[in-house]
Amino acid sequence: MAGSPTHQTLSVLVENKAGVLARISGLFARRGFNIISLAVAPSDDERFSRVNLVIDVEETSVEQITKQLFKLVNVVKITELHPADSVERELLMMTVSATPDDRRGIIELVGVFDGKIVDVGATVLSVMVAGDPDRLDDFEDLMRPYGIIEIQRTGRVALPKARKAS
Amino acid sequence: MKMTGARALIKSLEMEQVEVIFGLPGGCILPAYDPILDSPIRHILVRHEQGAGHMAEGYAHVTGRPGVAMVTSGPAATNLVTPLCDAYMDSVPMVAITGQVGRAVIGTDGFQECDTVGITRSVTKHNELIMDPNEIPLLVRQAFHLATTGRPGPVLLDVPKDVLQVEMEWSWPTDDEVAASLPGYRPNMKGHPRMIKEAARMIGEARRPVIYAGGGILKARAAESLRELAERMGIPVVTTLMARGAFPDDHELCLGMPGMHGNYTAITAMQESDLLITLGARFDDRVTGRVDSFAPNAKVIHVDIDPAELGKIRQPDVPIVGDCNQVITEIVKALGAAGIGAADLSEWRSRISGWQERFPLHYDPHVEGDALKPQHVMEVLRDSAPEGTILASGVGQHQMWASQFWHFNEPYTWVNSGGLGTMGFSVPAAIGAKVGRPDRTVWAVDGDGCFQMTAQELVTASSERIPIKVAILNNAYLGMVRQWQEMFYEERYSEVYLSPDLPDYVKWAEAMGCAAFRVEDPSDVQAVIDKANSIDDRPVVIDFRTDAREKVFPMVPAGAANDDVVVHPSQKPTDKKVVQ
Repeated sequence: MAGSPTHQTLSVLVENKAGVLARISGLFARRGFNIISLAVAPSDDERFSRVNLVIDVEETSVEQITKQLFKLVNVVKITELHPADSVERELLMMTVSATPDDRRGIIELVGVFDGKIVDVGATVLSVMVAGDPDRLDDFEDLMRPYGIIEIQRTGRVALPKARKAS
Repeated sequence: MKMTGARALIKSLEMEQVEVIFGLPGGCILPAYDPILDSPIRHILVRHEQGAGHMAEGYAHVTGRPGVAMVTSGPAATNLVTPLCDAYMDSVPMVAITGQVGRAVIGTDGFQECDTVGITRSVTKHNELIMDPNEIPLLVRQAFHLATTGRPGPVLLDVPKDVLQVEMEWSWPTDDEVAASLPGYRPNMKGHPRMIKEAARMIGEARRPVIYAGGGILKARAAESLRELAERMGIPVVTTLMARGAFPDDHELCLGMPGMHGNYTAITAMQESDLLITLGARFDDRVTGRVDSFAPNAKVIHVDIDPAELGKIRQPDVPIVGDCNQVITEIVKALGAAGIGAADLSEWRSRISGWQERFPLHYDPHVEGDALKPQHVMEVLRDSAPEGTILASGVGQHQMWASQFWHFNEPYTWVNSGGLGTMGFSVPAAIGAKVGRPDRTVWAVDGDGCFQMTAQELVTASSERIPIKVAILNNAYLGMVRQWQEMFYEERYSEVYLSPDLPDYVKWAEAMGCAAFRVEDPSDVQAVIDKANSIDDRPVVIDFRTDAREKVFPMVPAGAANDDVVVHPSQKPTDKKVVQ
């Protein structure tokens, strides 16, 4: 995924109502749109929620997906966030096998990626890392040799980049 | 004012000026049927819920007002799925009301429970499960607003039984309250001025323009402005299956229907055009044939109220989102403001009339001893029909012959299932049309296969005194499938034979309270049609025994390019490809 923008994020403001997510996922299934990830969260206004969708732009037309989404009555606003013009973050949580020999190395890597140890067991560590999604891919690759027991990623959320000059 | 949810529902329909509900009661919707006894709204009791849906569609097609269907939960709601999908595909304004199990029972697999909003989500413009009885008026207003504005379509309201039973506080929402309750719904009516100017410029420069008029013309009630544009610039018009009647067939600029079974001239004019002025049409595969070879040298102006249609199939050079009527009017104004008059299209027009002369619709005349020619039956029906007759059809060969051989000279006289292609559409749709326009003669042209799917609604028509007329083109086959098996499967006929007299259509129709006739001899066609036209106190069914070997021509085989249109065998052109 690194390098060329093969994905694009759509930040979709929707009415906070029952069934809205089903409408969105149903639309994607029916029209054959491919999505990479989807994250839903409340917005600053309790009437609305924000859905962050990451679309595979090589498989799916962003224009069609945007237009079809906007036809849903409960969709209020759609902002296209191109990777170059937006700040993207994702949260990863992982339980990794950590023998006493491995523990030091894992803790160091978590430090390098600005992560945190969130739980410690006799033979495992639970860690969290938030960051650029590509960096999380790297982190995952580096952890794999230790033995990933469980992993959860949130999917990416994004904001447009702030203007640097007034 | 306090009232039950059921009363509020019916009162809301009254406030929306609903004059008729097509429906069938059952357990969960039962409370809503009590206030109907005291309401001025007419209720038409159907024999199957699918019939209610198609009647609502037929009513909407001819009146432009939303049709209303009301049925109970579970199997009744699932029986409504086909008409909802049909209405969705053809952008027909419709409001469906379904009963639902009580709120406390939802999700427990209660008797006659199904996830109606889940099942109908992809076949409605919008749907809502009403959980708060106080919201009934607002959600009904929303439903009618959504069904009739922007790109019209079906909207479904699912109402739990106890929501209908409990008391609520009545209050009728204002327009502003409705708008505020739909923050994400803002259909764009007015075309972009720069695009309109650009469209006018391209129209002025085109030398081989064609207006590609779709069903959106009728939905936007834009037939008049379409005619103004076409006449002002002298541009020929094709009318798609959904747009038959949007431009008069007897107009010198009318080329008729394009597409898979369109006429040669309409198909070829689009192929050869340098500008397709696409108005409320959506580049359906039945029109384009193979997309990458469709109208290869044409620039495209595409006007549609639904932005998602622009660029969905064919990338337009000038995309215009807006209401067809407003946009066409603006284009005409822009042509005037820029002083763009009719260009000299005489060369183009003469090529077109050459095709018209060489490739008119054609069928072989009747031969003594053979069954009736279905096309001939259509011609006699057409020529005998009283002024303003509305024609409904099912789906298949008879539908194509109806569209080809009828002369649609007035909008809203053609009721048909275009996008979904729903067999069994015609009888209930014709009933709905007749309810909407009781002053008009309504003919349903049906195939024998289609007729068997929904014929029971003739009982509805008889008991409700809705005197429609049905012409069954009975060739004893699923004719269109037979045609494909003949042409593309080496005449290996698989599961297409139906028998001409099982059922006995005359006896069956009579048992349903209709006048019924059988016609086998060509010399009887006229007399029996005249007789049918004279009966106005009950439905009429005519069983026309037609020739099963007749095929619909022209035909663009599925997946083929429109250049490879197959014409009637007697018209095989020596040089099919027309040189630019």
